[in-house]
Amino acid sequence: MKPSIESAALAVIMLPLLGFAVVGLLGRRLPRGGDWLATGIMGFVLATALMIFASVFHLNSPLVSIRWLSPWFDPRGNGFEWPVGILVDNLGAVMLVVVATVSFLVHLYSIGYMHGDPKYVRFFASLQLFSAAMLSLVLADNLLTLYISWEIMGFCSYLLIGHYFEKPSAANACLKAFMTTRIGDVLMFMGILILYWQVGSLRFADIFAAVASGSLGMEWRTVAGLLLFGGAVGKSAQFPLHVWLPDAMEGPTPVSALIHAATMVAAGVYLMARSYLLLTPEAFLTIAYIGGFTAIFAATMGVVMDDIKKVLAYSTISQLGYMMLGLGVGGFVASGYTAGVYHLTTHAFFKACLFLGSGSVIHALHTQNLSEMGGLRRKMPITFLTFLVATLALTGLPPFSGYFTKDSIIAAALEFALEHPSHWLLPSFAIVAALFTSFYMFRLVFLAFFGAPRNTHAYEHAHESPWVMALPLVVLACLSVYPVGGGVGNWFWSRNPAPKIEEIFDRYGPPSASLHGGGAGPEMAKGGSLASHPLELSNSAHGDSPTHEEKAHLAHQYAVAASLAVFLLGVGLAWATYMKRIIDAQKVAMRFRPLYLLLLNKYYVDDFYQAVVVRPFLAFCRKIAGFDLRVIDGVVNGTGWFTRFVSWLVGLHDRFVVDGLVNAVADAAAAGGRTLSRLQTGRIGTYLAGIGVGVVFLAGFMFWIIGSMR
Amino acid sequence: MTSHLLSWIVFLPLLGMVLMAFIPSGRGNNAIRAISLVTSFLVFALSAYLLAEFYRLPAEARASFIGLSDAKFPPGTSSFFEERLPWIPSFAVWYHLGVDGLSVILVFLTGLLSFLAVFAAWNIQKAVKGFHMMYMLLITGMMGVFVALDLFLFYVFWEVMLLPMYFLIGIWGGPRKEYAAIKFFLYTLAGSVLMLLAIIVIFMKYHTFSVPELTRIQPFRDNLSVAHLLWFGFFIAFAIKIPMFPFHTWLPDAHVEAPTAISVILAGVLLKLGGYGILRINFPMFVDSTAYFIGLIALFGVINIIYGAFCAMAQKDFKKLVAYSSVSHMGYVLLGMAALNGEGMNGAVFQMFNHGLSSAMMFLIVGVIYDRAHHREIERFGGLGLQMPKYLTLAIIGFFASLGLPGMSGFVSEVMVFLGAFRSNSTEAFPQALQWVLSMKTLTIIGSLGVVLGAAYLLYTIQRVYLGPPKEEYAGFPDLKWNEYASLVPLAFLAILLGILPGLALNVFAPAMNSMLTLWQSQGKLLAEGAKHLGGALGL
Repeated sequence: MKPSIESAALAVIMLPLLGFAVVGLLGRRLPRGGDWLATGIMGFVLATALMIFASVFHLNSPLVSIRWLSPWFDPRGNGFEWPVGILVDNLGAVMLVVVATVSFLVHLYSIGYMHGDPKYVRFFASLQLFSAAMLSLVLADNLLTLYISWEIMGFCSYLLIGHYFEKPSAANACLKAFMTTRIGDVLMFMGILILYWQVGSLRFADIFAAVASGSLGMEWRTVAGLLLFGGAVGKSAQFPLHVWLPDAMEGPTPVSALIHAATMVAAGVYLMARSYLLLTPEAFLTIAYIGGFTAIFAATMGVVMDDIKKVLAYSTISQLGYMMLGLGVGGFVASGYTAGVYHLTTHAFFKACLFLGSGSVIHALHTQNLSEMGGLRRKMPITFLTFLVATLALTGLPPFSGYFTKDSIIAAALEFALEHPSHWLLPSFAIVAALFTSFYMFRLVFLAFFGAPRNTHAYEHAHESPWVMALPLVVLACLSVYPVGGGVGNWFWSRNPAPKIEEIFDRYGPPSASLHGGGAGPEMAKGGSLASHPLELSNSAHGDSPTHEEKAHLAHQYAVAASLAVFLLGVGLAWATYMKRIIDAQKVAMRFRPLYLLLLNKYYVDDFYQAVVVRPFLAFCRKIAGFDLRVIDGVVNGTGWFTRFVSWLVGLHDRFVVDGLVNAVADAAAAGGRTLSRLQTGRIGTYLAGIGVGVVFLAGFMFWIIGSMR
Repeated sequence: MTSHLLSWIVFLPLLGMVLMAFIPSGRGNNAIRAISLVTSFLVFALSAYLLAEFYRLPAEARASFIGLSDAKFPPGTSSFFEERLPWIPSFAVWYHLGVDGLSVILVFLTGLLSFLAVFAAWNIQKAVKGFHMMYMLLITGMMGVFVALDLFLFYVFWEVMLLPMYFLIGIWGGPRKEYAAIKFFLYTLAGSVLMLLAIIVIFMKYHTFSVPELTRIQPFRDNLSVAHLLWFGFFIAFAIKIPMFPFHTWLPDAHVEAPTAISVILAGVLLKLGGYGILRINFPMFVDSTAYFIGLIALFGVINIIYGAFCAMAQKDFKKLVAYSSVSHMGYVLLGMAALNGEGMNGAVFQMFNHGLSSAMMFLIVGVIYDRAHHREIERFGGLGLQMPKYLTLAIIGFFASLGLPGMSGFVSEVMVFLGAFRSNSTEAFPQALQWVLSMKTLTIIGSLGVVLGAAYLLYTIQRVYLGPPKEEYAGFPDLKWNEYASLVPLAFLAILLGILPGLALNVFAPAMNSMLTLWQSQGKLLAEGAKHLGGALGL
């Protein structure tokens, strides 16, 4: 029997989980720490993912969605179980292939890169768990399982960034990564709370149905959408929560390639793409601006970094910004969504290639510092060539893959701005960021692979990496070339596996009034007067389609011209500075020293957080703990002391007053007795005298009585 | 055995205690430990058997909550596995034991932790005989509270449990043991006096101590001010045990000074007695008063979550940090039960169970390092992960179970609590002017920040204790020993198992708790009115 897509999708999640359990528990007893098992599992997962992709593709419909549902648990105790489900649709199938490919290649690469590491087993076990979590994330059919996978990925990221936890910097980095993303996660969780409260379910299908029917109000869609975006900002390292990603480079390089470049950090983009229908124009604009700003913001920092991985990290942040920008403008112009998701896939391949390539260099030289590299192209030809291909893909030279996807994001942003000039900043962000990208990437290439070796000792010992490391590089480089990897891409591009926004709307009922101006909702009437309001914009776009088409075409032409121009300019500047030395980088740095320092110190964002968030927070905690000790516990102890004090007082009272009275009576009796006892002298004379006195006294008494009677 | 299963569970430890009495201390220490281990294992096995038998009941029977009119208990009884004998007939005191879903899960937790804690007590050298005898008595007291259905008996067990705990902290504790023991004892006693008064007042009017009967009667429903007072009498007794802010300060001292095994029991079981009491007595017996004060429970729950987390963050003593994290985690229990809906209520009970697992793990983890280093100052540790990799692995599981990592059971209960609380309207009785800060929405949002704070203090601790370069001081520390494995691994396994299949635990109590919630279904109006009254009473 041919396995169904559902069972294949289940296997894709379960197998790495099994691998995690086996390698994690028995790894030390397995030959070679079980790396073959983990890698084999990922190979099988890749094959299965391709099969799923082919099946989905074979159905040849943009609206495929294969669901598998199972009751999970019954939180209310009324027999109504929450389901756990799997959703395979076009977006999921594409993501599945991307994740499985990169994960498999990284597993393979790690066999070489991590060879001899004392925590080899732990490393592979964590990689397996991560892969399982990421695969279940892209297959999740509801926000709860998505959130679970999301957090487990964060946990794996924590473990893997902290792989060399004996280094204090790595120990700091993993804490920072987890905490920063958790701030985003809690926002996302609040979004989930709102959706559960409003919709009563966390399944995407139910949420989108509520959106389509209008039972989920616009204001809640905006709030929930932005809160979910908060999670994406954390996970995808967007401004202002980007600070963890550069530090995350403390992890082993294969981890940086898999988690912090290709897959996990793209999960935020995926989340936005997945919950696209929920979003409102306000949310889209926020996403676009945050994404666009992050793209340029991170790119500027990439220019001054001397650590090869840090350059790539900032580049990743910047590219993720591009994706967000694409998705953001996608709310207004149709091509944006596809461009954003497609850039996610191409970026995964070329950025993984760049990271693994840098890992190859680090493996050979045992340094990450660009200033100790140089001339490596002769020593490491495979690494060099693949790195160059990936660089060209990233910087956007045709016919490499990045050109097509980044270009379409720029085009979408331009189209949006042409239709609505007040948002001119968005395409400007994208174009200027592309200039920086091309500059810092070629700076990196020139410094590392060209020129004379700056550290001859390291250079002498440099060697090409073994095949387990070289092969993934070659495969990824091939996938970064448009006719090969892009060819596959083009194939699905043409069939459009990443559904266009209209098609999603088709699936879930009529488009909501707010998004594509299909039906003029009440907001339309109100918002019409606001020229800057995107609703008005989309409305005019809709009603004026020839111009719209023209503008799209025009935007695309501008975008091609602009991106090629900035590519050449960036390469030229890098070439002039680092190859020909026409421009002296040192002098420029001295001349613009404040700017240079600003960039080098990452705009002081980390210091700002340290001063404004972390330290006041810790101080506040100490205050609270002090309050607890002194005031709350003080009251308790005070009560104790007070009770003891009162007891003491009562004791005193008891001893001196109550007992005193008793004793006083007794004392009086005793004293009286003592006094009277003196009478008992034993002498007859005394007694006789006493009797005499008594007789006289009695006689007197009797006469007195008799007298008074008379 | 099924016929007297509950009595066996409760009094088997006493049998073990008597047996120990015949063994000479000193030479017989290992025999005493063995008896302790075997006895507690038998108790655990019986409680597991109870759980299994309970599972075999049909689903609609499991939905019975003690004292509810539509409960489907065996004919002629008011609970499952019931035992009912006259004890002091002149005062209508009965030896009345019985369980429903809520008690079964907590009996199981108690059985499990009592058994595992013996491993942690293995290294205790001082007065071994006395320790284990007291420990056996403690198990009897705890089990008794969970299964007693007669308020008098309940109170007796409540006090029986208190006494051995006093000695266990006061004799086998740390440097400030006397202070901690007396504080614990007096604090709990202060609470139980209020409870005793409430019990007496109820008896004076209704001449019964029976929990099922009183639940049906709804004491003083016609005189709400009396009912409110009684409600507070019980609630404060239980709030001290939970512990609810501001009655929590006994806990850090008691936990810190107690030996590891006793900390495990304190955090794992004793705190649950408070939650259990509220859910067994306050909620079902005083439906109206509960509706009146539900908003306050939610408010204090959130205060617990946030306040406990802030305090934990600033602690320098590893064990004290864990103690404050308990304060924070028990806040989820309060918030969840205050939601008065299925997700929240079951989340609260599940959170009690999960906190039993995770806090027990945390105290065991602290115990492991305290046994070796003989101090608990977080700042002085560092780099232990490299020296004790197996310890690190289990510690990471424990820490992440505690911070509610998805895939672990704590996550499920936290999510249930928040989802339930967010869609609840328990605080709508608070005055309109304060709704922006005191509505369930706001409270839940504030409470969810506890998730970030929890991650902060736990990860900060991991970093300072386990990560970083290894220290000379701690070189040569042996990795985990057999008894440490034996106590940690089952807890880790359960935390993960229930994270993946939460239904295994939820199916035990969720149907019963859902039945209990029907008490308020007809009372939506009551909730609203109650809130207004409360607002007036607070002068808001």
